[in-house]
Amino acid sequence: MKPPAFDYIRAAHLDEALGALHASGGDARILAGGQSLMPMLNMRLTRPAVLIDIMRLDALAQPRLEKGALVVPAGVRQAALLDRATLVDEVPLLAQALPWVGHAQTRARGTPCGSVAHADPSAETPLCLLALEGEVRLRSRKRARVVKSVDFFTGMMVTARAEDEMVEAIALPLRRPGTGYAFAEVARRHGDYAIVACAATVDSRRIRLAVGGVADRPTARDLPLLDGSALDDALNAFAWDLGAGEDVHATARYRRDLVRHLGRQVIKEALRCRN
Amino acid sequence: MGIQGEQFIRPSVERVEDATLLSGGGRYIDDLGTRPGTLHAAIVRSPHAHADLLAIDKAAALTLPGVVAVITGSDLLDITTGLVPALRVSVDARAIAVDRVRYVGEPVAIVLAADRYRAEDGADLVTVRYRGRPAVVDPEAALIPDAPVLHGDVGSNLMSDRSFAYGDPDGAFSTALHSLAVTVRYPRNTGSPMECYGVVAEYDPHEDAYDVLANFQGPFSIHAVIARALKVPGNRLRLRTPPDSGGSFGVKQGVAPYAVLMAAAARVVGRPVKWVEDRLEHLAGSVSATNRVTILTAAFDAEGRVAALDWDQLEDCGAYLRAPEPATLYRMHGNMTGAYAISHVRIRNRVVLTNKLPTGLVRGFGGPQVYYPLERLMQRIARHLGLDPLDVIRRNLIPADAFPYRTATGALYDSGDYRQALDIAVGDGGLSALLGRRDAARAEGRIYGIGFTAAVEPSVSNMGYITAVLTPAERAKAGPKNGAQSTATITLDPVGTVTVQVASVPQGQGHRTVLAGIVADIFGIPPAQVRVTTDLDTAKDAWSIASGNYSSRFAAAVAGVAHLAATRLRDKLARIAAAQLNLKAEDLVFAGGRVSSRTNPDAFLPFARVAATSHWSPGLVPDDVGSAIRETAFWTPPELTAPDAEDHVASSLCHGFIFDFCGVEVDRATGKLRIDRYVTMHDCGVILHPGMVEGQVRGGFVQALGAAVYEELVYGEDGAFLSGTLADYLLPTATEVPDLRILHFTSPSPFTPLGAKGVGEGNCMSTPVCLANAVADALDLDTLDLPLTPAKLRALVAEADEVPPPAGHRPATPAAKPGDRTLRGAGATVVAAAPEAVWALLLDPDVLASVIPGAHGVKKLSDTHFTADVTLGVGPVKGRYAADITLSDLDPPRGATLTGTVSGGLGDGGGTGRVTLEPDGSGGTRIGYTYEAAVGGKVAAVGGRLLDGAARVVIGGFFAALARRAGGTGQPGLMRRLLARVLASTGVRP
Amino acid sequence: MPKLSAASRHSVSFTVNGVARSVEVESRTLLTDALRHGLGMTGTHVGCEHGVCGSCTVAIDGTMARACLTLAVAAEGCDIRTVEGLGLGPGRLGVLQAAFKRHHALQCGFCTAGILMSLDTYLRRHPDPSREELTLVIGGHLCRCTGYAPIVAAALDAAAELRGAQKHPEETAHA
Repeated sequence: MKPPAFDYIRAAHLDEALGALHASGGDARILAGGQSLMPMLNMRLTRPAVLIDIMRLDALAQPRLEKGALVVPAGVRQAALLDRATLVDEVPLLAQALPWVGHAQTRARGTPCGSVAHADPSAETPLCLLALEGEVRLRSRKRARVVKSVDFFTGMMVTARAEDEMVEAIALPLRRPGTGYAFAEVARRHGDYAIVACAATVDSRRIRLAVGGVADRPTARDLPLLDGSALDDALNAFAWDLGAGEDVHATARYRRDLVRHLGRQVIKEALRCRN
Repeated sequence: MGIQGEQFIRPSVERVEDATLLSGGGRYIDDLGTRPGTLHAAIVRSPHAHADLLAIDKAAALTLPGVVAVITGSDLLDITTGLVPALRVSVDARAIAVDRVRYVGEPVAIVLAADRYRAEDGADLVTVRYRGRPAVVDPEAALIPDAPVLHGDVGSNLMSDRSFAYGDPDGAFSTALHSLAVTVRYPRNTGSPMECYGVVAEYDPHEDAYDVLANFQGPFSIHAVIARALKVPGNRLRLRTPPDSGGSFGVKQGVAPYAVLMAAAARVVGRPVKWVEDRLEHLAGSVSATNRVTILTAAFDAEGRVAALDWDQLEDCGAYLRAPEPATLYRMHGNMTGAYAISHVRIRNRVVLTNKLPTGLVRGFGGPQVYYPLERLMQRIARHLGLDPLDVIRRNLIPADAFPYRTATGALYDSGDYRQALDIAVGDGGLSALLGRRDAARAEGRIYGIGFTAAVEPSVSNMGYITAVLTPAERAKAGPKNGAQSTATITLDPVGTVTVQVASVPQGQGHRTVLAGIVADIFGIPPAQVRVTTDLDTAKDAWSIASGNYSSRFAAAVAGVAHLAATRLRDKLARIAAAQLNLKAEDLVFAGGRVSSRTNPDAFLPFARVAATSHWSPGLVPDDVGSAIRETAFWTPPELTAPDAEDHVASSLCHGFIFDFCGVEVDRATGKLRIDRYVTMHDCGVILHPGMVEGQVRGGFVQALGAAVYEELVYGEDGAFLSGTLADYLLPTATEVPDLRILHFTSPSPFTPLGAKGVGEGNCMSTPVCLANAVADALDLDTLDLPLTPAKLRALVAEADEVPPPAGHRPATPAAKPGDRTLRGAGATVVAAAPEAVWALLLDPDVLASVIPGAHGVKKLSDTHFTADVTLGVGPVKGRYAADITLSDLDPPRGATLTGTVSGGLGDGGGTGRVTLEPDGSGGTRIGYTYEAAVGGKVAAVGGRLLDGAARVVIGGFFAALARRAGGTGQPGLMRRLLARVLASTGVRP
Repeated sequence: MPKLSAASRHSVSFTVNGVARSVEVESRTLLTDALRHGLGMTGTHVGCEHGVCGSCTVAIDGTMARACLTLAVAAEGCDIRTVEGLGLGPGRLGVLQAAFKRHHALQCGFCTAGILMSLDTYLRRHPDPSREELTLVIGGHLCRCTGYAPIVAAALDAAAELRGAQKHPEETAHA
């Protein structure tokens, strides 16, 4: 389990990273925390010609508040975000979800942007981004653009990012008054990939429920403020629509059961803490 | 016999091993230097469960700088033979495939290079051509007459079929008031030590001799198997072990085939070879415990007293029968009545091969597979009769006055008071409080249950038990096999300090600490003055076939023989000292670093001086003492007799007793199991080191928790291996482990020198079924197999019928049978071109080249048969594959069937898709497709969680490209629209 | 902007346990291999090479890191601590190591270095952890021998001792 050969670039400026990305003709990968990429390299599941290490870029190192959002650049590690004392007030949903991301040892290195770029359908950070209707800020040598999270995740580990673009930052909308946020997941062991993860936001107009681990990407649905059997019916329809699959950890039926159960749980919890 | 009392017990004495290990100074195999010029090996392994091996192309790999050789099975044909099992069958159990592969992960080539990185680079470039064969994975299916046969020379997959009867089972069953059966399918799991296998081997052609360093754990009976496989006499295989080993739990017995492989590779290449197994290799290609199908029937009376048992065991040893298999099936032969006094037993034992990893030693070794059905049956009997399961267990226990107790099947249980141990456990373990917790939980509507298990933990196995697989006539012909030789050597050096060497090959069990204490006590010196070495060199150290670290033999046998050797040496030293002090040897005591008169403490000699006498002053040594420099003792217990003509098998020497009970709660919504309380009572005889015994119990318990709830080596119906990473094969972590209450009761073994019994494997036998019994109690179940995953428990809790999808909802993909890994999908799109035009595109290799995702070159072999090199991938996961595509069932221009296979470094896949073309009424075509595909090899093993979605992306990509090609002229924006539509149809519904 | 070619070897420099070290590696060399085979520091172990087991855990710039998921070249200029740096001196165990010894918190010792490094790193920032917090930290490691209970006990014990010891930081190196 040793990685295949690649060129390694330690970018000193963002322009260098973007230039290298452009020059590689689609055969480069950004190396941030490495907690998803490095296992794939060690297993030789992926063979980029070039790795571009962006963890020395000061410009990407600090989260910042900007126009109603917490902007988390690509160099910020999960642990740093979790240690941010104000996170629970700024983005309470992420504060709830981050402790479920791997273990302390992987959070110490892994980055939220890397998780979003990797787009594992079970990952917690993409789920939160989608639930909050956050944005992904992409940048290439030539241009910068912003993609809504709902448009960003297009399939199993496939995203709207073009090959010469990197995820420069994600923008997570700040807590809104009168909105409740809740997260829950079921995994085989603590720290494992979620079998099903659910994130809900509830305000005075609607319920937004996002589900990870079931479809080939995190998937969200907006619902009116339902309760009782109407909510059960809506959750059931969502559970079936996600097209659950089967693997060594869980059956499709189990995943649907968890969507119905965790979905109801997080909606209830989000309603409870709406103020 | 049996020293009792506290003399050898040092509560919580710190281990001599630890300071070094805690400081990073351990010497594990990969920490040891190698000779200059040593090559590093990477192994190319089969992605197929069953296939003919047609050709291996080494050329590309050999062009890589740093790659020195690529060695295949046929290169080793002449210099190796198979690893002979304990059973003479026509199975050529080689360590590497020659013309057929029979399990995923089977070695097919070894790449030798300057370092491991380059060796893996080379392995990527070895191209292997296979022709697939149907695989059989299920042991019962393997017995069906038209099942694929793994080894043609045998003619069937059934390797052995033996029946046994003890007492009068027919009579007991015919007169019994009640009878009841349980059927158990015990799954596969493994020990998964944190350190994987390692081998460093070289060959001296002038002496025709091998030197192999391996983190092998024994039994050293396997030394003979390795030597034979390498076609050298035993004294030309020097097998050495490193000073430290990173855990084994049995599985490092399975290093043996790799020792053969690397030794033979070293011979071929003429240089030393080093191989360190990685974790993916370990999970796919080391050793698995057996999976077993058992039907166990009991005859019993109205009180639940069991008169007879009928065992029907079908043992699945995987693709090859390798020594010491089928030992897993016979290790428990003397214990088939467990802790119970049952006189009449019938057993049928069958051994079958399937297309899965070959099996071997895993902690518990046969015990879990026996106690699961036996203890489930005891609970079933209680349920059937409306009795308390605890009463049924208690009623059947062997009474205290029956020891030593000869079981129906031939074991001689050394000591115990099972009922008293059970009563103490029930009292001190707080069963009544637990019953109260169950009542309270149930009153709240929670799902709560209590389970019990009684088990006998055998240890110090009889090297002859495996011959029970032979008929008495075959055994008579081969000669009796029995015993369990253990050995220890004590050496006194010229300054009178003491070194102990044993052949126990520990993997962290603290042997050095315990032995230092035992020997120091005998010589009356501080333990710090005794050094113990446990690395073994078969060319220089004393050893025998029973050497090694297995069957929990250390405390009972190895510690005892060290005691024996030290005592002999002490008695010699006493006579040397006596001669100098003019005293009688029997009047001397060894204490405080002196050899002194029992009555006159002023008459003494320093121990070191007496100990050094034979080196410096042999003239002072009495003639009849000889020399007192080194003493090697061997010990084999007389109780371990060979199986007799009636198939009575004294399979082990010591028999500890375990009684466990636990309370568990199952979450109604998530199916997750919460262990509320777990109590485990152990009688392991005299405890030599309480801290280490606790460590064995806790470690065994957590391993058993893994086997019960988290761990399974999973194979698809097609033989694909699906749990290839530690994110799939789930070992419990600190957050999963509940509190464990450990209780002890002590019945010294009269059969072992120190009164100790083994304790390392018991919870692996008792805990899985105890948890299952609790779950069965919670859910009111008769039938329950492991592992107790949340998905399984949720399905058992849930209403049989799921809430259906809302009306008008598209039906979900048909529910697959368990183990069926077929990926199914369907989609449709509309393109602007007419069906005839689309049809023409389908048959055009240039179009296919542009439509098949990542195709580098399409070769048209005929109008309907194409090959291509393709790069397939999803997101960052990309691999190069050779693709072979056939069109059939042509119905121009309405439809065609595409059949394709791909094979490459990341695995292989195959699938069939039906494409239909229909006019859409406005000049365009509606393209519809359905597909079924299956993926195997590395991608299936490490990425199974993601496969379904990945297949959709790849196959969807093909049709998107086809649509693009078909409609991509004239209408701006059409391409994008089509792509979006196709992607939508292949991915998640909007 | 350094570009390290796949085709050649490169010298990488960092400090290990406070000592400046350089080692020749390829751009793809894992930090585990650089430490073990490049520098001969074999105390950091390799158990899975996919970031799950935790045997290879070291501290990089004061945070826990799986060395098997770290490229040696990416550690250029970093401050790395490994198990070899935990002792108080030759033959003298640190507080955490001594607690492991007292509690029989290791058997085969293979996973131990990684667990020690996680706990050492954690305790420096969280001197008064709860049992649950320590269990979560240890939960990022696999140990197949001990059943974890003695590891948790040792960690709690060491934390308490270190809190006491903090009154005299000059006398006691951390853990």
